[in-house]
Amino acid sequence: MSAKLSLEVNGRQVSADVEPRTLLIDFLRDELRLTGAHVGCDTAQCGACTVHVNGRAVKSCNVLALQAQGGKVVTIEGITPDDGSLHPMQAAFRDHHGLQCGYCTPGMVMSALDLLKRHPNPTRDQIREELEGNLCRCTGYHNIVSAIEAGAKAMS
Amino acid sequence: MYEFQYHRASSLADAEGAFSNGDDPRFLAGGQTLIAAMKLRLAAPSDLIDLGGLAELKGVCMDGDNLVVGAMTTHADVANSAEVQKRIPALAHLASGIGDRMVRNQGTMGGSVANNDPAADYPAALLGLGATVLTTQRSIPADAFFTGMYETALEPGELIKAVSFPVPAKAGYAKFPNPASRYALVGVFVSQSAAGVRVAVTGAGPGVFRSAELEAALTRSFTPDAAGSVAVPSDGLNADMHAAADYRAHLISVMAKRAVAQALGG
Repeated sequence: MSAKLSLEVNGRQVSADVEPRTLLIDFLRDELRLTGAHVGCDTAQCGACTVHVNGRAVKSCNVLALQAQGGKVVTIEGITPDDGSLHPMQAAFRDHHGLQCGYCTPGMVMSALDLLKRHPNPTRDQIREELEGNLCRCTGYHNIVSAIEAGAKAMS
Repeated sequence: MYEFQYHRASSLADAEGAFSNGDDPRFLAGGQTLIAAMKLRLAAPSDLIDLGGLAELKGVCMDGDNLVVGAMTTHADVANSAEVQKRIPALAHLASGIGDRMVRNQGTMGGSVANNDPAADYPAALLGLGATVLTTQRSIPADAFFTGMYETALEPGELIKAVSFPVPAKAGYAKFPNPASRYALVGVFVSQSAAGVRVAVTGAGPGVFRSAELEAALTRSFTPDAAGSVAVPSDGLNADMHAAADYRAHLISVMAKRAVAQALGG
């Protein structure tokens, strides 16, 4: 049996019939073709699936699409300007070599933006603490921390 | 994940009604444990009753001398609440260390308490503060609420509305997190109030428990050294690939020492 889902995704109103067991990540990727958020571990550990629901970072592989009913979802696609340029935080990741394979990057960027809402000028320790739920297997995190530090400055 | 019927509750009565009509129903709070368990097919409810739309279950307020936290208040909101930080800073500190940021943005106090994971943080706060669980049917003291591993005194269909915490004179919480899962390998909550000293331990045993040895020592002297000098028995404690029972026993007094130091402002 399917259920009616209505929500806002990246500023656009979306309605769909979904199976109740549909995860938010699968709805975003398979139904809306927003493939920026990634399925990394599929067990709510790696954070590659991080998106914002009602302004807060959540792991979209560990919530049902229906739990976002009536809410506002923002994915990595939703933060880029319309002209196709990069968001300052994305640009900072590029400039500071904050990625190698790039698989974890959308989740890292969405977590970083959540962090900046609470700490507009975070310390390196705060950044490391707040990235607890985002795993990167390439970089060793050092350049990710530098990228977020620079992204925060660029956005302030 | 197996199929299920989904209900988004519009009121507490609606949630209870949906529960009574289901074959094997479960309430859904933040879902940070339940959704993961359903994905692994460790849980397969026939009906899922989502409490996410019930605004009356969210928020923090004072009721007389007690701090009352709504069941659907997220860990992040408990950690960030000015009221919680002012009245029971140890509770805000505990909430700020649960899982990771994304888990704290979604997971709720009621969900954690009802799940009673033997390594979860909140059960230690409830037991260590002598809190009361307010349900749709009654008030249950923490001492009678946590009955065993993943077991509570809740009856089928009984729903946690809020948790009421008496405000202590001093309280602290310290945990040694598993480096991978961030669950407490051992977590100790201590409090001192007119009602006495309470010490609750999570992660070390099959469920949260009070330590009589530590409570006796801290009643005599509420100091880090008093906590650190207690040799906690390892009988009945968990032993697994992460830590042996005697190591966990040792960690209990170390964490208690740190929790007391925090309670004293150190």
